[in-house]
Amino acid sequence: MDYFAQQLINGLVLGSIYGLIAIGYTMVYGIVGMINFAHGDIFMIGGFIAMISFLVLVSLGLTAIPLILLIVLLVSMVITALYGWTIERIAYRPLRHSFRLAPMLSAIGMSFVLTNFSQVSQGARVKPVPPIITGGYTLHEGSQGFAVQLSNIQIVVVLATIVLLAVFTWLVSRTRLGRDMRACEQDQTMAALLGVDVDRTISMTFVIGAALAAVAGMMYLLYYGLVDFFMGFVAGIKAFTAAVLGGIGSLPGAMLGGLAIGLIETFWSAYFSVEYKDVAAFSILIVVLIFMPTGLLGRPEVEKV
Amino acid sequence: MSATSARPSHAAQPSGSAFILKKALISAAVALVLFSLMIGVRTEAGPQGGLIYWTRFGDLAALVGTVFGGSIIIELLRQWWGPVDKDRIVPKPVQSAMSFAGRWLAPALLVFAFLVPVIFYNQRYILDLSILVLTYVMLGWGLNVVVGLAGLLDLGYVAFYAVGAYSYALLATNFGLSFWVCLPLAGILAAFWGVLLGFPVLRLRGDYLAIVTLAFGEIIRLVIINWQSLTGGPNGVSGIPRPTMFGIPLTPGDDGLAAKLGIEFSPTHRIVFLFYLILAMALLTNWVTIRLRRLPIGRAWEALREDEVACRALGINVTTTKLTAFATGAMFGGFAGAFFATRQGFISPESFTFQESALVLAIVVLGGMGSQLGVALAALTMIGGFELFRGFDQYRMLVFGIAMVLLMIWRPRGLIGHRAPTVFLERNQAISSDLVKEGHG
Repeated sequence: MDYFAQQLINGLVLGSIYGLIAIGYTMVYGIVGMINFAHGDIFMIGGFIAMISFLVLVSLGLTAIPLILLIVLLVSMVITALYGWTIERIAYRPLRHSFRLAPMLSAIGMSFVLTNFSQVSQGARVKPVPPIITGGYTLHEGSQGFAVQLSNIQIVVVLATIVLLAVFTWLVSRTRLGRDMRACEQDQTMAALLGVDVDRTISMTFVIGAALAAVAGMMYLLYYGLVDFFMGFVAGIKAFTAAVLGGIGSLPGAMLGGLAIGLIETFWSAYFSVEYKDVAAFSILIVVLIFMPTGLLGRPEVEKV
Repeated sequence: MSATSARPSHAAQPSGSAFILKKALISAAVALVLFSLMIGVRTEAGPQGGLIYWTRFGDLAALVGTVFGGSIIIELLRQWWGPVDKDRIVPKPVQSAMSFAGRWLAPALLVFAFLVPVIFYNQRYILDLSILVLTYVMLGWGLNVVVGLAGLLDLGYVAFYAVGAYSYALLATNFGLSFWVCLPLAGILAAFWGVLLGFPVLRLRGDYLAIVTLAFGEIIRLVIINWQSLTGGPNGVSGIPRPTMFGIPLTPGDDGLAAKLGIEFSPTHRIVFLFYLILAMALLTNWVTIRLRRLPIGRAWEALREDEVACRALGINVTTTKLTAFATGAMFGGFAGAFFATRQGFISPESFTFQESALVLAIVVLGGMGSQLGVALAALTMIGGFELFRGFDQYRMLVFGIAMVLLMIWRPRGLIGHRAPTVFLERNQAISSDLVKEGHG
């Protein structure tokens, strides 16, 4: 039972990170109808920028951990958001009215560019970072000496996710920008006729998605203590699986799907085999798309002739 | 091709030098922020295991300067070239020269391909490179059936390549079967996996299909890595037998081909044999594809690519159409995989990553999705280009990615060829505008 509880905690934390990335996929898919294949790599870039800015701040002599974390968070969110904006501007906007597969292929190219850009600029080796947030609580002392641990970093990850999700839900449901986004999602031409700046709204969607991915990248860095240039690929597919599982286009669905994927992956590693955990995640993607293409909270897509 | 139609007309765009300068400055500022940490600071694991860093502000400045200059040049080029979608009048002599070249290019290339081992007999490097190019030509033609003809975006094509390679490697090393027995088996097994993948994804379209095939390719690779008892895991399979010329080995021994023909043995014989083998296999792929295109199933593939809903309405069995496309494409992938295994003598999961799938897909897209000649030329360009960049090994994939993005922006339909259906109505028909606007394709 203790083992189960521990895995539950681990799974929820991992799921929060996946959920944050999945929101980026689901938003972009909702508004432009394309899979932003490079989104996993944006997450990776976010992790790298958090790592570098952390390193620079520490060497500048800053010692207050909360202040460092705040600055790192802001820096990585801003720069990664700019990456998202630039990518949309360069690789996707010219193709918005092109044939259906063109943006997808362009996105695959962009994903290669980002992966190899960070490999070339920062080297291929894994970057380890010392644990920044340490300590934690023992929730339950088991009889066989197995204790259920809840570390501070896990609390931080889950709290940050909840706060961001709240801010983000408010943004989409209550602000002008959110209303524009929902309008563009339904009908871009009509939205443009009613005075919505469609280009700007789509850009903002990418910016917000990239900023959330940057947070996920930073959380990944804090939680696992390392980044490498290839981590975006697998994390990206898993987050996409989460978005599909939750119903693509739906924001709560993305979070729910993320948690589900995190839990499934953790329990699979804990009770079956670690080697096949990625196979399990990818198989879920296939199974969900076959039997439940609309996901948990998605709307059925009507095919128009 | 209405990439710019959403924006206001080009005449209204400002074109003064102040505008260009402003745009370049903005680009440079964006580049400065983007690259500030990624280029300006270089991190590496230090000797004690912790991270150390050093700054590279010179590189950063150079890069930002390049972006500034490049942005000015691009803007000037754009104004000089004019709107993208304008019809350009091609002079008459150029037109006739191009149609002449178009008619004779394919036969000329074919003759040249047959003569390559004769011309470059003593240049092992060129022979090896041409074998590699032909392998990718074959893979490209195989994937072309799925992507170019049937319009199903397959990002996991390398899975079938892997199935073919491992089928041959395992059958040959465990049961001692010869290449010529294993080749059809590898094709059949790959086709079987193609159908297996095809069944669940029948209902999916476009992007979803792409992601599922990608996941499928990754699953195959992960299983190969982890199923150590069968596949040897990350260590791969080594000691794969070399092909024989219908039973006659190409070895220096007494029963070898050289001894039988009474000529002096040379290791080049095997390379030349491999060259003609892959050339024959590629041409077989091409021939089968061309013939299939004229059969009802080929027509059905093209119809499916153009409009799936219309296909259903016309009574075409979408299930069998899709499954045959997957199976045919996969079969050719399996053949190419078996050839790859026998050529290398050693295979490992390293050779079957997503990058390979993307490379083959890029070849098909660059070749114009559906054009056989285009795919062959694209394979030649791509693999040749990769060889040119061999010295800058780590920049290779970076350049590849940039090229893929630029290509999509510049010519989304590929460099050569346009995806005209094989059969079409001579007369233009009036179609309501909202059908045109959908722009499916």
